[in-house]
Amino acid sequence: MKLKTVKKLLNTETIFEDCGINDNHNLDSACGDDLEINNACGADLMSDVLAFSNQKTLLLTGLTNPQVVRTADMVEIKVIIFVRGKEPQIETISLANQLNICLYSTDKSLFEACGLLYKNGIGPEEMNYIEASK
Amino acid sequence: MRKQQILNKEIESFDFQSGGEASSNLKNILRKLGVSAQIVRKTAIVTYELEMNVVIHSLGGEITALISEDELEIRVDDDGPGIADLDKAFTAGYSTASDEIREMGFGAGMGLVNVKRYADQIDVKSSLGEGTHVKVIIKLSS
Repeated sequence: MKLKTVKKLLNTETIFEDCGINDNHNLDSACGDDLEINNACGADLMSDVLAFSNQKTLLLTGLTNPQVVRTADMVEIKVIIFVRGKEPQIETISLANQLNICLYSTDKSLFEACGLLYKNGIGPEEMNYIEASK
Repeated sequence: MRKQQILNKEIESFDFQSGGEASSNLKNILRKLGVSAQIVRKTAIVTYELEMNVVIHSLGGEITALISEDELEIRVDDDGPGIADLDKAFTAGYSTASDEIREMGFGAGMGLVNVKRYADQIDVKSSLGEGTHVKVIIKLSS
């Protein structure tokens, strides 16, 4: 599913969006409407977010502090949607800008937002942990 | 094998604004060195959990990363107060974090558990009043 469909389904407001226009040498940082979202995670615990293993995941969370953005960056999450209409702190937006992570908010609850995306074909993030090297 | 230091950064106690910066820096350094995405990700998780432990629980400390051809060594040393019961600290779900910390999304009791999961070797030395010293090895070849 394209990010634009996610945004429509959850009726999101854009807080910070980086379309990677000024970052042509690194397409990984491209974001915006055409970003393909295959799976998502909903979590309010940072250690849970770190346990997700796939790249380019969407994070839905009720937390708005800068550490949410920092945590997302550790596991290459490119899109964060804050639930229940929460507004992040200015420091959170500033860090997202620095790390090229898109921020949106939705008035829906975490449960409803996750449910809507699941119903429309977004899969759960695989919880199989990165295999330890032998 | 000779190891080269690629990162050394002080970590301030309770600094939630820049907490995690050292881990971000190390992640970028490893990427530039051409380390595989999987190893970079493992290292990022290990370093970030340990860095946030210092921010949350300690009086301040430092993080050092060294690299050789075969492995990455991460050392995280803090100035105390030390861990009372190491066995408990490695138990999933056990945490001594305050409610304030939990409200920020930390203190799930999975920090050292996550570190152990991704580290190829881990050595933790800690006693009350003397601080905590963690050494983690991550093999660069799988």
